[in-house]
Amino acid sequence: MKVAIIGFGSVGQGVAESIQNKDLGIMITGIADSKSGVIAGSGIPVGEVLAKKQSQGVCGDTDVSAWDVVKSADYDVLVECTPTDITTGKPALEYIRYAINRGRHVVTSNKGPVALAYKTLITEAGEQGVCLRYEATVCGAIPIIHTIQEGLAGNDILKIYGIFNGTCNYILTRMAEDGLTYEQALLEARELGYAEADPTYDVKGIDAAIKLVILANTVWGLDKSIDDVEITGIDNLTPEALQLAEKHGRTIRLIGEIDPAKGTLRVSPRIIPQEHPLVVDGTLNAVLLEADMADGITMIGRGAGSIETASAIIGDLIFIRDRYVKAA
Amino acid sequence: MKLEIKDRPGQLVAALKPISDVGGNIIAVIHQRDPGSASDTLDVQIVLNLPEGRLEHLIDLIREQGVSVVRVGEERLLHRQEVIIIGHLMHTDLSDTVDQIDRTGFAEVSEISVVMPAIDQPSSAHLTIRSVSSEDMGKALEILHRTAKEKDLLVIKPLEECT
Ligand SMILES: NC(=O)c1ccc[n+]([C@@H]2O[C@H](COP(=O)([O-])OP(=O)(O)OC[C@H]3O[C@@H](n4cnc5c(N)ncnc54)[C@H](OP(=O)(O)O)[C@@H]3O)[C@@H](O)[C@H]2O)c1
Repeated sequence: MKVAIIGFGSVGQGVAESIQNKDLGIMITGIADSKSGVIAGSGIPVGEVLAKKQSQGVCGDTDVSAWDVVKSADYDVLVECTPTDITTGKPALEYIRYAINRGRHVVTSNKGPVALAYKTLITEAGEQGVCLRYEATVCGAIPIIHTIQEGLAGNDILKIYGIFNGTCNYILTRMAEDGLTYEQALLEARELGYAEADPTYDVKGIDAAIKLVILANTVWGLDKSIDDVEITGIDNLTPEALQLAEKHGRTIRLIGEIDPAKGTLRVSPRIIPQEHPLVVDGTLNAVLLEADMADGITMIGRGAGSIETASAIIGDLIFIRDRYVKAA
Repeated sequence: MKLEIKDRPGQLVAALKPISDVGGNIIAVIHQRDPGSASDTLDVQIVLNLPEGRLEHLIDLIREQGVSVVRVGEERLLHRQEVIIIGHLMHTDLSDTVDQIDRTGFAEVSEISVVMPAIDQPSSAHLTIRSVSSEDMGKALEILHRTAKEKDLLVIKPLEECT
């Protein structure tokens, strides 16, 4: 199976490395970043491209653009890992639509297009008989979408709630354990590379809210947008509030909840017993599903990271390989 | 409530039966037998949920079974919820915030701890609210929510109990 990778940052490189290191029967025929691209129908020497990206900051030829790769490289699946834009979804949305309408499968780690245009994308994919998968957009390495669609097939999913943002979880863990102020914990998260230079999306609860929108629209077929989510971030929390919670055997975590029966779509800091399964440390994510037959299922894992996110993408690729490409 | 029953087969069942007869719900039954005791009675503690106004009738029914009711620790406000509020609590009159709930008659703030780091910094408070029913708790939290909005306070609620 041939794949092209658009976006060659942390995630894109993780995917390339994993394909190189494992014998998955997957060949990379196109790679692009913001300034360059490389196309090779007989397979790209991944080691060389990774080294070039490290040393020169570009993955390929500056005469070749990401659009060239999307439009003309020979691939079965487009792996889209460009930066998230949650207002327009661009440029990812355009790359993805182009690939779908070219009759190609798509795997993405990008929340923007899935949160903004799932209905359109899935309709177009259906018309073209291709598959769109997005496991990496929610909870990183945790196979939540796969669990719901495959493992829990036949169940009615009643509720989903959990810790959807590792940055916030890290900050809250540090505030609770060591009495750091919010500002100190944020600074530390930034130094360790857990938080972006502009942490607004994370700490205001927007990143978690986008993931809820993706789940609401893909699991229940709802038509929600970020404006439908009731959002409270963690930026006004005090270390004293955490200490008071701890004194009572509780702690505070940023919880995202979807309960369609009650019409709940909310991200907010909540008091939660310390021994609750959703209370995880550091940058971990945790999610609890309630299904009519299976009852409760809790999953804990890494919500971000190069190889961890690649794990979700590779899972999607192999799903497509086995269900579509091999069968064709 | 705490009961004293004869240490004989069937006695405990006899003591518990009236509870369901009056529409009550048993939450826990705790019995301790003192091994050294020569007494032929057994102390049993029962934690239960009762529809309002049925307590007297229940005690009569239990006594009719020949069981003595040693003590009734009546807990009127069964439902308990913790919240944490953050903001300029003193400037916005914390006692008024608490009073909004106490005034309802169906819920009250039974515990409060406040931490004030510095005069111009937001303070934090942990409140325990008790109410007669979960419906009343909902109403009390709604009142708190509204008051907090007016006073620009952040209310952190517990995650509802889940599986
Ligand atoms: N990092 C994680 O752990 C994680 C986890 C889950 C989901 N995600 C999502 O996965 C996506 C990628 O994340 P990342 O951490 O890998 O980001 P990143 O390190 O910033 O990499 C983004 C890549 O996209 C390229 N790019 C930017 N604009 C482009 C354009 N117009 N056309 C083609 N390529 C373009 C960049 O090119 P240059 O190299 O030239 O700058 C870079 O290679 C994001 O949507 C993110 O939200 C990330």
